[in-house]
Amino acid sequence: MNWYGIRAIYKFEMARTWRTLMQSIASPVLSTSLYFIVFGAAIGSRMGDIDGISYGAFIIPGLIMLSLLSESISNASFGIFFPKFSGTIYEVLSAPVSTFEIVAGYVGAAATKSMVLGCLILITARFFVDYEIVHPFWMLAFLVLTALTFSMFGFIIGVWADDFQKLQVIPLMVITPLTFLGGAFYSIDMLPEPWRTVTLFNPVVYLISGFRWAFYGVADVNVGISLGMTLLFLLLCMTGIWWIFRTGYRIKT
Amino acid sequence: MEPIISVKGLGKTYAGGFTALKNVDLEIRRGEIFALLGPNGAGKTTLISIVCGIVNPSGGSIHAAGHDILRDFRQARSEIGLVPQELATDSFESVWATVNFSRGLFGKAPNPAYIEKLLRQLSLWEKKDSKIMALSGGMKRRVMIAKALSHEPSILFLDEPTAGVDVELRQDMWEMVRGLRESGVTIILTTHYIEEAEEMADRVGVINRGELVLVEDKNTLMQKMGEKELSLHLPEPLPGVPETLADLPLTLSDDGSQLVYRFDIKSSDTGIAELLRRLNEASIDFRDLHTRESSLEEIFVGLVRGARSESEEQLTKEAQE
Repeated sequence: MNWYGIRAIYKFEMARTWRTLMQSIASPVLSTSLYFIVFGAAIGSRMGDIDGISYGAFIIPGLIMLSLLSESISNASFGIFFPKFSGTIYEVLSAPVSTFEIVAGYVGAAATKSMVLGCLILITARFFVDYEIVHPFWMLAFLVLTALTFSMFGFIIGVWADDFQKLQVIPLMVITPLTFLGGAFYSIDMLPEPWRTVTLFNPVVYLISGFRWAFYGVADVNVGISLGMTLLFLLLCMTGIWWIFRTGYRIKT
Repeated sequence: MEPIISVKGLGKTYAGGFTALKNVDLEIRRGEIFALLGPNGAGKTTLISIVCGIVNPSGGSIHAAGHDILRDFRQARSEIGLVPQELATDSFESVWATVNFSRGLFGKAPNPAYIEKLLRQLSLWEKKDSKIMALSGGMKRRVMIAKALSHEPSILFLDEPTAGVDVELRQDMWEMVRGLRESGVTIILTTHYIEEAEEMADRVGVINRGELVLVEDKNTLMQKMGEKELSLHLPEPLPGVPETLADLPLTLSDDGSQLVYRFDIKSSDTGIAELLRRLNEASIDFRDLHTRESSLEEIFVGLVRGARSESEEQLTKEAQE
């Protein structure tokens, strides 16, 4: 195992975060805080509880998940896209590092960044609303699994994208709508049929539901199914990455 | 001695159907400077990229320092450093950070003393904290070399190392390459500057249309394939080559003041004595004469043209059949 190689990629990616602190950390924390102020403190105070949870507290897991998904994808996709764009990818490809080590470096750094961000949002939320975490271990497990899975997904997008526009298409056009419609701001039980059934085809529903269960012990779908779906998506992403390196898709000619 | 790089039957056909390399066999000796020459699109960069692991081969095998580049990729790649043609750098990183990144990527423990020595050798020490985007083109090129040498490789690939650099820096680079060779590093360089190969290489390989046309010791090549020119400076310009000398391989300079005679240095009879006798008979005097050997560039152009006309002949023959 080339530990120095993994560390080099990881450190390099983390160094980029410190260089772009405003964009990487401050900006997402600020925008999520605005959600808490508007939906949590202002509008939320005039709304009833959902499943016995105040509206401000109810949206915390969904908002963290929204940031976690979008930041994991954007960090990992940019991390691998930029070396392709600038040509510095030659060095990674010619180094004695395996597929696993490359992915560990890039995805590890992207997941770390988004987990730090998730924790910062959680701390920030405390300034606006009260919340509790009933299952802290599972909260952490869902946080780590989701960050890893979506960082891998971001890595795939970064390999696939051949221009900056494509880099933004999936997070903005797919992930954000799926998160908004995946129960971030409401319980899917509030939806009438057939929309409730249709929503179950949205994979983000399971992530938010499982995460919310870790906070408050209530969920839209069974937590086992949520965990299973998260692991399934992780497996799909791992398979995608394995295929990319096996075929050299958009990395090697 | 076992070659440090051994390429056997290497082929590369890209997805679009373009064949970049055809059954290439090549051996690089330990400690030599090997120059790979070839026109644009000949397959030089593809060959280097395959050895370094950037491009997948379609067929054949490659061993670097005794390791198969696919099966034992870790051992093989840790022996190789690459300076690519393009100035691909992390613009926002400092020189120190990017060189240390490269060392780590190649699996080596941090060694600040070695990196300092390397940066000093490449006159980069004063710039170690500068961001790469703030450096000149020449400095960036040095950073690329520092990155390639950061893990102490025994094989160094230089793909067009002096493309776009000024004369002074080019001389410095040549000096540095010689220094590396003296320290035991094997160097393989591709270049468009034939004088670069002529100046530095121990052996020369010529690649054209994906085929290795020849591999030869540089001096032997120049001796074997070189033509010599004898130039006669005339006191009075001539309007043309005199008819009495028309059967000789003579040309007249544009201003008519020089007669140039080409001869084969391998031949036992160069024809010089005959030329001088006939000049005397024709009462053509000359005030000075000098000889010049053909350069590697002329040999290279001759080889590439020869290969091209051979393949065109082959195509015509096939079309006729």
